[in-house]
Amino acid sequence: MTLLHLAILSPFLAAILVPFLYKLFRKVHTGWFVLVLPILLFIYFSQFVNRTMEGQPVISIANWIPSLGINFTVYIDGLGLLFALLITGIGALVILYSIYYLSKNKEQLHTFYVYLLLFMGAMLGVVLSDNIIVLYTFWEFTSLSSFLLIGYWYKREKSRNGAQKSMLITIFGGLLMLGGFIMLYIMTNSFSIREIIGQVPEMSQHDLFISALVLILFGAFTKSAQFPFYIWLPDAMEAPTPVSAYLHSATMVKAGIYLVARFSPVFSGTPEWFWIVSAFGIFTMFWGSFNAAKQTDLKGILAFSTVSQLGMIMSMLGVGSAAIALDSLDDNIFIVATLAAIFHLINHATFKGSLFMVVGIIDHETGTRDIRKLGGLMSLMPITFTISIIGAFSMAGLPPFNGFLSKEMFFTSMIRVLEMDVFNVETIGLLFPIFAWVGSIFTFIYSMILVFKTFTGKYQPEKLEKKPHEAPIGMLISPMILASLVIIFFFFPNILAYTIIEPAMASILPSLLADGGHFHVHISGWHGPTPELYMTIGVVLLGVLGYLTLTKWRSVYRIVPKKLTLNKGYDRALYCLDKSSLGITKFYMTGFIRDYLVYIFTFFIVILGTALIIKQGFSFSLEGTAPVGIYETVLAAVMIIGTITVLFSKSRLTAIIALGSVGYTLSLFFVLFRAPDLALTQLCVETVSVALFLLCFYHLPEFKKKEKKLRFRMTNLIISLGVGTIVTLIALSANSQRVTETIASYFIENSYKLAGGKNMVNVILVDFRGFDTLFEITVLGIASLGIYGMIRVNVKREEEG
Amino acid sequence: MKTNDLIFQTVTKTAVFIIIIYSLHLFFSGHYTPGGGFIGGLMTASAIVLLLLAFDIKTVVNSLNIDYIKMTATGLLIALLTGVGSFFFDVPFLTHTFSYVDLPVLGKTSLATAVLFDLGVYLVVIGVTMTIIQTIGETE
Repeated sequence: MTLLHLAILSPFLAAILVPFLYKLFRKVHTGWFVLVLPILLFIYFSQFVNRTMEGQPVISIANWIPSLGINFTVYIDGLGLLFALLITGIGALVILYSIYYLSKNKEQLHTFYVYLLLFMGAMLGVVLSDNIIVLYTFWEFTSLSSFLLIGYWYKREKSRNGAQKSMLITIFGGLLMLGGFIMLYIMTNSFSIREIIGQVPEMSQHDLFISALVLILFGAFTKSAQFPFYIWLPDAMEAPTPVSAYLHSATMVKAGIYLVARFSPVFSGTPEWFWIVSAFGIFTMFWGSFNAAKQTDLKGILAFSTVSQLGMIMSMLGVGSAAIALDSLDDNIFIVATLAAIFHLINHATFKGSLFMVVGIIDHETGTRDIRKLGGLMSLMPITFTISIIGAFSMAGLPPFNGFLSKEMFFTSMIRVLEMDVFNVETIGLLFPIFAWVGSIFTFIYSMILVFKTFTGKYQPEKLEKKPHEAPIGMLISPMILASLVIIFFFFPNILAYTIIEPAMASILPSLLADGGHFHVHISGWHGPTPELYMTIGVVLLGVLGYLTLTKWRSVYRIVPKKLTLNKGYDRALYCLDKSSLGITKFYMTGFIRDYLVYIFTFFIVILGTALIIKQGFSFSLEGTAPVGIYETVLAAVMIIGTITVLFSKSRLTAIIALGSVGYTLSLFFVLFRAPDLALTQLCVETVSVALFLLCFYHLPEFKKKEKKLRFRMTNLIISLGVGTIVTLIALSANSQRVTETIASYFIENSYKLAGGKNMVNVILVDFRGFDTLFEITVLGIASLGIYGMIRVNVKREEEG
Repeated sequence: MKTNDLIFQTVTKTAVFIIIIYSLHLFFSGHYTPGGGFIGGLMTASAIVLLLLAFDIKTVVNSLNIDYIKMTATGLLIALLTGVGSFFFDVPFLTHTFSYVDLPVLGKTSLATAVLFDLGVYLVVIGVTMTIIQTIGETE
């Protein structure tokens, strides 16, 4: 346990303190106490930048379950550090924002900050763990804490639904991912990511390799809201806005991106990885932006835009993975895709965080997020307007904002897919730049909708619940910082390039680096008249056109009926699952004991019958059997007649008496086979039980006492014949193949010598096997007490009633 | 109409003793000849059942004032203690022993601890049978 471990666990420890702070200092907003932690953590993690720049990762191990190879290994390299800085940096800004956003009088602040801290700690654990089981533990912690945060206003039904949906989808993916991790362990015999990467050449031939790949991608795609798992993210917008800004733009949804990047060294170079990651990514990018343009809720637009941007990052990671397969080429052109992915990851966190905060401000100050009610807020909220225009233009990919740079690189990497000559990309590779381009046009359109529908146009005060005015300065600080970063990163992208991006690339593409070497990245704002630039110009022109003619082509969205959307599909699937499981349960859980007996006996027949057939267990020999005499034959005939009488008798009285005759014949059998103790006991017990049967018969209720014959059912006949046959066959087989001698001779020899008795049965009962007898009499005692209790308690109830 | 069970009751008064003596015989001779606690107990119980049939339940309860649940408990306790006793001699649970003793009247007799265990069984069986029959008989 080092300081590093404590740093990761510190949010959890702080979460314990939060409720006490909340109760003790009611006058101070609890957020101020919480704010200290992410700032400290951010400063602490910044120290590692120098180490990772020099390519020296930090490793620190704390034992957890060493016997299973599961240890809390912290591993800080470029990629982990990038995410840790994002989590703590944006975390600090979001907490600062939430202090002004959430009222200290109306909200349950302690639960909010506890959940938020849990989430922050879990995210830090995910990105800094080297052990995949520890990673998985933290991963589920993020799902859990995000579930709690989405359902923060748990009295609203929509919050609960959104929380449930995100929980189901992300846990589904998380569990599949666990399966993938276990497969990795089977292949490499190690839980450590570094060691797994070291064994890549041997394991890529393993049978489980592709299954592990697919399962891990399931985890990444559900968490990162890729198509078709994105549906939880728009519903998660029911969370408080700081939560949306933090979880659903900057951190949690990027956990999937992190996972893909982290496992790139393991899987990249395979066509499956390339195709799944980039194809799903690019389609998500297009689909998200296409759907974002039809939303009328500001947070809805941002949710779909997040989906789209995540798809964009994912597709770039996929294309970047081709670099490994092509490393024979000298100037490896696909490295730029990885670079763009990381750069856009940072950019997206800055502009999307600020946009969410801006939307939160608008919601807070006007009381609505519906763009049909908003408009003309530019002069009322100038600072908010400025911030949102910076964020939205960066999202659209315009200069002079950082989104422009990463969008250009995105186009570059997508165009270069065309030059790829592996994995059969030549034919349908053309779709990549097309999807990217069309998706970008929609991105431009919704970015414009976001800004201009809100801030320009007609001011409609009558539709707003509150009188809008500029937000308090405390609420504006965080989005202002993020918006200024958007501009700073455009003009000075290389401060990021050398410190953060290069080491992060080194951890995604380690095999491309010579020992001790590192990537040389230089990002520049202007790179001459390239096809990418013309594509951007095309995006702007068509985007402006699309925005202006929005009302005319909006009907496009009505082509796909509402019933066929993925959300309906999800609801339908959930409903059908519920219905069908209820149906199945109702179908076999009939509540009738006779049905359950049919199941039990059928299984009895099937399992024993199959075992007999498969093992060829049936055998029959007459060796060692005693000769059949006249007495046995007669007694058996009497017994059979008695049994048949029981089955076919019309009245119950006949059945009872016939049953008694069977019992007495049995005691005669005991006499015949020389078992006097058994015969005596059987005689007495049979008498008592027949008497009790008669008692039951006498007390049958009058109105149901219609005496009728046993109803005939074919299934019952088949099953009873089956059970009888199976038991007979097994008894015959068992008798025909005795494996060992009986131990009876021991009792014969020793019953007098050791126990001093000549009645061997009794000696066995009380001496050799006295323990059984002790509990048999206990059983009798329990039975009598049970009868006594049943009858007496009933009597009492009747008296009371 | 009240029936007069004089013959039945008179025969019963005699028969019950014979049955009980026979059941005691079965119980004591169990170690050497067929019989033992279980069948002995059932036989004793059936003697009491005969009483119940000949006389009404109140008469029998008044004259034979036995709590059969306590009898069951006593039987179980005796059986258990027989087992526990073997701990005092540092042998496994329920280890029995026997020896031959010269008794003043009976002469040379074998005495086995297993009989004590059988006594437990005997009492439990009587207790259980009578509890069941009396409980069911008393309800209406």
